[in-house]
Amino acid sequence: MTVETGLLTSQSKLRTSTALLGAIVLALLLAAPFFLYPIFLMSVLCFALFACAFNLLIGYVGLLSFGHATFFGGAAYITAHAVKVWGWEPLSGILLGATGAAILGVFVGFLAIRRQGIYFAMITLALGQMFAFICLQVPFTHGEDGIQGVPRGHLLGLLDLNHPLPMYYVTLAIFLAGFFAIWRIVNSPFGNILKAIRENEKRAVSLGYRVDRYKLGAFVMSAALAGLAGGTKAIVFQFATLTDVQWQMSGEVILMTLLGGIGTLIGPVVGAGLVIALQNYLAASDFPVTVLIGIIFVICVLLFRRGIAGEVMELLKRKAPQ
Amino acid sequence: MSDAPLLDVRGLQAWYGESHVLHGVDLAIREGETVTLLGRNGAGKTTTLRAIMGILGRRQGVVNLRGHDLLRLPLHRVAQAGLGYVPEERGIFASLNVEENLMLPPKVAEGGMSVAEIYELFPNLLERRWSQGTKLSGGEQQMLAIARVLRTGAKILLLDEPTEGLAPVIIQRIGDVLVTLKARGMTILLVEQNFRFARKVADRFYLMEDGRIVNSFAGHELDSHTSQLHDVLGV
Repeated sequence: MTVETGLLTSQSKLRTSTALLGAIVLALLLAAPFFLYPIFLMSVLCFALFACAFNLLIGYVGLLSFGHATFFGGAAYITAHAVKVWGWEPLSGILLGATGAAILGVFVGFLAIRRQGIYFAMITLALGQMFAFICLQVPFTHGEDGIQGVPRGHLLGLLDLNHPLPMYYVTLAIFLAGFFAIWRIVNSPFGNILKAIRENEKRAVSLGYRVDRYKLGAFVMSAALAGLAGGTKAIVFQFATLTDVQWQMSGEVILMTLLGGIGTLIGPVVGAGLVIALQNYLAASDFPVTVLIGIIFVICVLLFRRGIAGEVMELLKRKAPQ
Repeated sequence: MSDAPLLDVRGLQAWYGESHVLHGVDLAIREGETVTLLGRNGAGKTTTLRAIMGILGRRQGVVNLRGHDLLRLPLHRVAQAGLGYVPEERGIFASLNVEENLMLPPKVAEGGMSVAEIYELFPNLLERRWSQGTKLSGGEQQMLAIARVLRTGAKILLLDEPTEGLAPVIIQRIGDVLVTLKARGMTILLVEQNFRFARKVADRFYLMEDGRIVNSFAGHELDSHTSQLHDVLGV
């Protein structure tokens, strides 16, 4: 009985401290645009959501997708086209982009989940490159120019997104919704099955799960969330270009997730923040950003393999009794 | 009903890559029966269980569960047909805690144990409910591995050396659990090297050697076969 109550109090203590931490972070996020450049912050939020979506696959199912730019950039094109050409309201444009990404995810996932490890990565890379080529060729994406001058418009016809503050808060809301969705997925029974598949696929099958379905489900969810990030980015930056669909973008999201910490909820956010901050603040200097990021990456792989957030959490865990 | 076997294995052959491991295993288990496979290391006991579950690449023969051929089913359906497999390495998921491990397998039939009943049967697991899978002792892992298939409503339990590497007290506990399950009408196929443990629960014994069943006898005849057992098992 005492063990029971002891466990309960330590659990509720953990819960209150998590809630407190969450409140502080939320307050900081709400206050951030008054101290930092809002466009930079929005960029971080979009990429953080993208990295979180990617991490849902690599961190919780153990699938390394090398073609996630397809969903990010594909959604950006769809959103940009819907808003600019069809005159859609921005939020529905973003949701259409996410839906489009989910449909792309069904196709890519259906083909890719049949293989594991490097083969899975290669299939997603190949399909991603095919998609990037399609984006270069079809007329509605405007080839090398991309879709430029996408109007931000009014959210639901009410909120004018042309001012940086409302745009920032809408982006923040979308990020938090996506982050919450991932948190729910990871901590659901479905998420537990995903973790079981990551750990030992055969064992999950022998318990009676048809693992392909779960993998495809996770893949589509990850694609949709990546699309949510991509669509938002198209509204924030008011353009969608080939940069977003090419393999370098797929590589960048892998880098962000690795730096931040694979398989932790907060890691990809940290990684995205770091990479975007470096790109942003070193853009004006003569120092080549990619070299610095490369150096950081090597240090990260050599010294803290769990990533920044992963390493910090491990440290806290070791400090705490039990 | 009582005469037709619940699980009927005939001429089961299996291969690990090129090497032919099972050379035609025949065994039958009636509903509510506890049957033990005895045999030395490498005789093919674990392989028999793995071949029944379909975890093995290549196999041939007949595995019938209530007249349905399991060999033709896709792998995830084997568990859904009512086979609960407890592997030798226990197969606890390290990234999940005890309760999550317990709740993980899908329900395959009505009549499984409720979580409350399971915790009554395994009080240790209740205490360790929030512990990570990696932090359990061998005995706790074994109990969790058994407990988790009991919840699913599986009709036949396939247990692979549940006593291996465990302390005598724990072995006793697991023995008691098997007796309880048997009393509840569970059908059990047990693989054991420790026939002193197995005699407490087994209705029948099969003796395996080199991928074949070489003998079978009822539980009460164990004593009259001890000399052969010593021979085959080398104990």
